[in-house]
Amino acid sequence: MSSNNNVLVKMNNAGYRHNDKWLVQGVSLSVERGKIVTLIGPNGSGKSTTAKIALGILKKIDGHVEKYTNKIGYVPQKISVDWTLPLRVYDFMILTENLDEKTIDEALSLTGVIHLKDKSLGNLSGGEFQRVLLARAISKKPELLVLDEPVQGVDFTGEIALYELIKKISDELNCGILLISHDLHTVMSATDHVVCLNGHVCCSGTPIDVAKNTEYKALFGEQASQILTRYEHKHDHVHTIEGEIKKN
Amino acid sequence: MFDDFFIRALVAGLGVAFVTGPLGCFVVWRRLSYFGDTLAHSALLGVTIAYSLEFNIALSVFIISSLIALILVQLQNRTNLPGDALLGLLAHSSLAVGLVVIGFLTFIRFDVMGLLFGDILAVTVDDLYIIWIGGALILLILRLIWKGLFASTVNYELAEAEGLNPDRAKAIFTILIAAIIAISIKMIGLLLITGMLIIPAAMARNISDSPQKMIIYSIIGGLLSVIIGLFSSLEFNTPSGPSIIAAALFLFVISLFKIKQTIKLKN
Repeated sequence: MSSNNNVLVKMNNAGYRHNDKWLVQGVSLSVERGKIVTLIGPNGSGKSTTAKIALGILKKIDGHVEKYTNKIGYVPQKISVDWTLPLRVYDFMILTENLDEKTIDEALSLTGVIHLKDKSLGNLSGGEFQRVLLARAISKKPELLVLDEPVQGVDFTGEIALYELIKKISDELNCGILLISHDLHTVMSATDHVVCLNGHVCCSGTPIDVAKNTEYKALFGEQASQILTRYEHKHDHVHTIEGEIKKN
Repeated sequence: MFDDFFIRALVAGLGVAFVTGPLGCFVVWRRLSYFGDTLAHSALLGVTIAYSLEFNIALSVFIISSLIALILVQLQNRTNLPGDALLGLLAHSSLAVGLVVIGFLTFIRFDVMGLLFGDILAVTVDDLYIIWIGGALILLILRLIWKGLFASTVNYELAEAEGLNPDRAKAIFTILIAAIIAISIKMIGLLLITGMLIIPAAMARNISDSPQKMIIYSIIGGLLSVIIGLFSSLEFNTPSGPSIIAAALFLFVISLFKIKQTIKLKN
């Protein structure tokens, strides 16, 4: 990857240690404008930790991180909001930046939750809350989006639509996206660069490179490898329920 | 106009209520009520130091309370004791040391009850200046750190990731708590200041659905508590602090009925 002025965040051999245990170490990656970088890896492989290092949430780190933008939208993996606070979706949308009504409405419409604008945040379902989180992150038109499992708890059709939306946002805003997902299946079609983590960078490259990598196969199994590569060929046919193959 | 002690007390109390309203909401949201208590207890030490060195009381209390807050942060970083144990340790030891120091100051007549529970007779015209100018400064600073403080109250990581510097906001907020304790100790007394922060905010939580509304109701609740409390204090010759807090409790109880009604309406 080149180090031109399109780079939004650059990690060099970064790592984080908690109570003498390495959560992740030796991670080098950079996110550029208009590119989607996806972090994959099993549970506890340090995906969220890597995102928090990139965002500067974790302070005492090993190695280096350089951020070249302050316009950041973040969807954390876990968010525990304290309900002693009366908070509507609207209040949450302007949490870190004041936005006008039109911008807020647009973002909420994009993720399909405009009808929840005046509802209390505490009364939303998991999937609805996730859509609000995503709307909030994109509404401020960030240069860098960090999405940690952004569609968890969202229903299946919504999941696909939201991934398409993420891809569209990346194109329209020309922002860089650092995406974390364990859902290999859906993510890969849009990704420019995949980093496979397992406490360290186990392999990285284009989706097809990673899928062929033997370490990746060892980590996720042969089947996962097929999921990835499937996205690399064009579908010129569909499978009917009866098992027939129809040309498009 | 300020010749009458009661008018002075009323003006002072209303000034305090304007500041405790919004600060109290943050104390409730951030679960800092025991922390506020600890700083208030340490205020006694500040008062005794002020007397023995013939120093301004509000300033002395402010310095000691801020110092206790700093010590707390250090203890949290250096020991494995839980936060509430550290708070208890600081609260009661600073209260005890303050009372011991009073014992040594035999040359001054101390109204310990007035310190603990507030004394409307004690409010001077100088105190009014301190309360209104200090209070306006506190509110102004709160306005400046609002975005970062509020965002980190909702979620620390979001605030940090999106560049709002929540650690700085938190440190400044702690100083603001020490400041409101310093300027309101004469009115309400150190044992009850936390009540003035928490009870109107708790009342407001019962009847609001947005943070802005909660802050406005919290201020109104505080103002009403001061008015009702001081008038009854005059009428029944009761200490001012407890009377104000009792009035706040009265408003809180009324707000509970409002909740019942809304639940009924929903059904």
